[in-house]
Amino acid sequence: MAQAAAVAESPPKSRHGTGAPPPGRRRGTGTNPRRLPYLLIAPAALLMLGFIAYPVLSVFWTALQHSNPTKPWRNGFAGLDNFTEIFTDDTLFWGTLTFSLKWVVVEVGLQLLFGLALALIVNQTFAGRALARALVFSPWAVSGVLTSAIWVLLYNSQTGISRYLADAGIGEYGTSWISDTATVFPAVVVADLWRGVPFFAILILADLQSVSKDLYEAAEVDGASRFRQFFHITLPHLKDAIILSTLLRAVWEFNNVDLLYTLTGGGPAGETTTLPLYIANTSVDAHNFGYASALTTVAFVILLFCSLVYLRLSKFGGDDK
Amino acid sequence: MTTLSLTRKRRAWDQAPRWQIHLPLALYLLFTLVPFYWILLFALRPAGSTSLVPWPITFEHFAKVWTERSFATYFQNSVLIGIATLVLTTLVALAGGYALARFDFRAKKGFMLALLCSQFVPGALLLVPLFQIFAELRMINSLGSVILAETVFQLPLSMILISGFIKNVPYALEEAAWVDGCGRLEAFRVVVLPLLRPGLVAVGSFAFVHAWNHFLFALMFLSNQEKQTIPVGLNTLMGADSVDLGALAAGGVIAAVPVVIVFAYIQKWLITGFSAGAVKG
Repeated sequence: MAQAAAVAESPPKSRHGTGAPPPGRRRGTGTNPRRLPYLLIAPAALLMLGFIAYPVLSVFWTALQHSNPTKPWRNGFAGLDNFTEIFTDDTLFWGTLTFSLKWVVVEVGLQLLFGLALALIVNQTFAGRALARALVFSPWAVSGVLTSAIWVLLYNSQTGISRYLADAGIGEYGTSWISDTATVFPAVVVADLWRGVPFFAILILADLQSVSKDLYEAAEVDGASRFRQFFHITLPHLKDAIILSTLLRAVWEFNNVDLLYTLTGGGPAGETTTLPLYIANTSVDAHNFGYASALTTVAFVILLFCSLVYLRLSKFGGDDK
Repeated sequence: MTTLSLTRKRRAWDQAPRWQIHLPLALYLLFTLVPFYWILLFALRPAGSTSLVPWPITFEHFAKVWTERSFATYFQNSVLIGIATLVLTTLVALAGGYALARFDFRAKKGFMLALLCSQFVPGALLLVPLFQIFAELRMINSLGSVILAETVFQLPLSMILISGFIKNVPYALEEAAWVDGCGRLEAFRVVVLPLLRPGLVAVGSFAFVHAWNHFLFALMFLSNQEKQTIPVGLNTLMGADSVDLGALAAGGVIAAVPVVIVFAYIQKWLITGFSAGAVKG
């Protein structure tokens, strides 16, 4: 994912613009070479227009309506009513927003830390490295609901880990870490780390492999310690990859509904309800589409704003100008 | 002797002491593998057993979810959705990626920006309008709706990755093929496509794994139980308070096996694929 924006940030100049057509092209598809690129991106562009752009716009439009099939007498244009309600009356909104931020910061921070460490470890040469990589990366393939299923088994109050710990004299019987408000947060964080760390590690490892070995050899000759080599060679090289994967990961963790929806359902007592989960509940369960759309719009704006601030603070893409 | 110690020293430059590799790795492996072991344990040991070793092994839970809990149907639906998403995503992204890699055209910058922005659009928050669109198209309750939605949300990243891979293939190779009388399409097929294989495998498997794992689209667009997928089936098993843990574990293993196999097969390519797309893109 890191490269997504890297490419977008600086589209490389192609050596063969719309100018002189390459030889032999006429025998190709038989189409006008000026139209060919448009023809090629057309399927993707149409799909994205129809199923991303149009729904986004329709969300913005619905946000200005009272739209709730269970209260048809109230439906119609609402202006900014929904937004006023969100910011003045809705205590749930502020609670879920705070939890979302806490969730994203803790989850992404820990994933970055562990992911970087893991990538550095499996980048070393040692016996059994290929197997170790395959094993530690494997939770990446597992996701959402399956992660929940696995951790439901581990956290189960009767037969989960806590029972075996109690057998060994640690803790009490019958503890369920995901239904106790005191333990639910660390419990869901650990469950999500389990599959999030490998993903980060893969992206960072991919970038690590492109660090030129000459740099380290030169540093070695100059007598730099491995510690210094890490901070002066490795980390600066990884900077862009880290910035982008952190950003995309943060957006992803913010938007991610699968895990919390299936693991805790947002409970206990709304303790783990993120903003997107609240939106899903408002629209899917309560059928309050107008209000849910307004909440979605707010979520978009927050995401966009945070992303811009982050990119600005990290001075990403500054070199291009 | 001097040469020997010299090589040893040169080897050591980026090499951490053994314990610094083995200790954290062992701890992390424990964290990774215990959950996998746990689900296997519950899937394989008889109901009511509390043994930490799955012995005697029983397949009763698998038989139960496969037939009574319709996982056979779910499995088939998930495979269909996964493969269709893989094929569709790869084809559409290949066309778009080629355009982005090999042409300068007026809409290119805007298109790249749209690709980037789409990364910030949460699929989960678009459920309602997407539902309305599919209702309009009369695609609710058909696997096509999920296939389309998964494909669309996989496209941006896939296209960017593929265009990165294509840029890695020297343009001169294609030009040479044109000189030799190949058409554009033929040159692409003969020269570029074979070199793209690792990249396409990475992108395709990515799309497959995503479609296989994704939950909300299937939950929302497929109300008919016959059309449901494995993640939705798993969620149903998790729902009640009196959870049948054996069945849940067996269902989980069934859900994990295909992706773990795909993943084990492609993981080496995946990392090279990522670094090619990321670094030289």
